[in-house]
Amino acid sequence: MKIAVCIKQVPTREWQPRLNDQKTWIREADISYEMNEPDAYALEEALRLRERHGGEVVVCSAGPARVQTVIREALARGADRAIHVEHDSLGAADAFVIAEALAAAMKDEAFDLVLTGLQSDDQGHGQTGVILAERLGIPSSTIIMDVRIEGSSMRVKRELEGGWFQWLAMPLPALLTIQSGINQLRYATLKGIMAAKKKEIKKASLPDGLQPSQQVVGLAVPTRSKQTQMITGSPADAAKELVRRLRDEARAL
Amino acid sequence: MILVIAEQREGKLNRATWEAVAAAQQLAGGAPISVAVLGASTGGLGQELAAASVAAVLVAENAALEPYTPDAYAAAASTLIESVKPAYVLLPHTYQTRDFAPLLAARIRKPLVTDVTGINGTGADATFTRPMFQGKLAAQVKPQAGPPAIITVQIGAFRADAVQKGGAAAVKKVDLQIDPSAIRQKPEAPFREAKQAVDLGQAERIVSVGRGIKSQENIALAEKLATAMGAEIAASRPICDNGWLPMERQIGSSGQTVAPKLYVALGISGAIQHLVGMKGSRTIVAINKDAEAPIFEVADYGIVGDLFEIAPALITELEKS
Ligand SMILES: Cc1cc2nc3c(=O)[nH]c(=O)nc-3n(C[C@H](O)[C@H](O)[C@H](O)COP(=O)(O)OP(=O)(O)OC[C@H]3O[C@@H](n4cnc5c(N)ncnc54)[C@H](O)[C@@H]3O)c2cc1C
Ligand SMILES: Nc1ncnc2c1ncn2[C@@H]1O[C@H](COP(=O)(O)O)[C@@H](O)[C@H]1O
Repeated sequence: MKIAVCIKQVPTREWQPRLNDQKTWIREADISYEMNEPDAYALEEALRLRERHGGEVVVCSAGPARVQTVIREALARGADRAIHVEHDSLGAADAFVIAEALAAAMKDEAFDLVLTGLQSDDQGHGQTGVILAERLGIPSSTIIMDVRIEGSSMRVKRELEGGWFQWLAMPLPALLTIQSGINQLRYATLKGIMAAKKKEIKKASLPDGLQPSQQVVGLAVPTRSKQTQMITGSPADAAKELVRRLRDEARAL
Repeated sequence: MILVIAEQREGKLNRATWEAVAAAQQLAGGAPISVAVLGASTGGLGQELAAASVAAVLVAENAALEPYTPDAYAAAASTLIESVKPAYVLLPHTYQTRDFAPLLAARIRKPLVTDVTGINGTGADATFTRPMFQGKLAAQVKPQAGPPAIITVQIGAFRADAVQKGGAAAVKKVDLQIDPSAIRQKPEAPFREAKQAVDLGQAERIVSVGRGIKSQENIALAEKLATAMGAEIAASRPICDNGWLPMERQIGSSGQTVAPKLYVALGISGAIQHLVGMKGSRTIVAINKDAEAPIFEVADYGIVGDLFEIAPALITELEKS
């Protein structure tokens, strides 16, 4: 099985947003980055499928030079090699541009299975994987919580709303968008980190003439509609005041 | 023309469809709206939708649409779009549209703006508000290279009861050609995992713990607070993903929906998928070290601070009396 995993590098969860002067994008200078969470689960699933069925796992990422960090991390966790579509503009590019860029770099590889996360923690389009599938000419299914390979086809378990699930059968090759929690993650070992240094990262260039499908014309901290009563003071004082209000005002205790 | 694609399962409309109709009425600013309903047999749904003040209801029936598959729905929607030639296509942002809307957009090479919470302006000049960076920021987005632009509307962002009624919309059948051999997904029947042992829907109070709790050992602290409050313990998704609490205690779009008398969110950021499962609670308390966390958007009482200081103080206070 030749498996691709698409991994995006995103700002860490602790990051406090700061805007550029035009208020159209974030200030990239002071961000620290990490692997998009569902992508980490997609990578883990790919590694498990390789353990079961053999083959190789190829990490694919589109972004500026900085995304090398996340590629190395994936290689350290056990991926075999990587493809990096490198361009400065890809850090803020939309789902269409990313999907086209990835498709151009991936199509000659003829992957049996492509895994992506279901959604990115930064832009959160929830589209890149499915668009990529269409550009690669393969079927897709989304929000996947289990993958069983059965010869030249597979059965996958799709999450539905409110605790419901559904199995579906699909031919290979195919693309799946993976939901967090599909497996338990493993982390890189020292040995893995050493081995990653020797693994290949192939550079691919951005195809010319890709047009964005949407433009961010403004970015802001969301306005609040609800009047939240903020309780301040030392932890002990705040706790005392909250309990009082929950008893007397809200009658919730 | 704006086209709304309704969502139905087994002959019942998803309530979020009405929210999408409300969004379309706002976006249209008087321009005509068509609502389409897809399925193998859609029964009285066409008539039900015709109650809204819209220009037309399109009933697109085809055996290949049952059971739902992304391939069949993308094929049906692209045919509809070709004949209606809308400026916008609106859909509710559900698991189903997450599955086929990107496929549709990719196929017809038109922009898709997902998870929209607000519409600014009408017609071709409109921009759309959508969350980015886990709801920490709201982006104003302008689709490029339409029409049509495809828009999915976040659940709960528009009010179903705001839909203008009283239309005399004509219900029209539309013919669809869908090649069944082009459908590559073969779905089986939906099911639920083994019966849930805890029904959080019945709990009067819930202490819900999020990733701010940092490690599995610290869950005990949240459990202690729950006991002191006479509450059930619940969690955000990552806590259950990590196996720190069982899945059946997860609150949110993929877990349980609850509306207790008291909901205490401990170290939970307030992602939309979590909020939809708890924002109906009568009194909501948020404890978070980040004053900008979106959870404060729905909280009645908030404490900005370190939960490892606040929770023990609360336990002490509650145990006093
Ligand atoms: C299709 C789909 C379905 C989903 N379904 C669900 C669902 O059903 N339920 C669900 O919950 N999520 C769901 N999610 C995930 C959701 O998008 C969020 O990722 C998740 O809710 C985040 O959980 P969290 O708030 O615990 O973690 P984070 O977002 O990481 O937030 C942690 C919070 O803790 C705070 N914090 C950290 N340390 C401290 C401290 N010492 N004291 C106080 N505060 C602290 C931080 O400021 C932060 O706000 C779904 C996602 C998708 C895409
Ligand atoms: N720049 C990128 N490089 C590699 N994969 C990406 C990139 N952007 C998005 N993806 C993949 O597409 C998924 C969905 O992203 P999005 O459509 O932005 O929500 C992510 O979970 C990744 O797996």
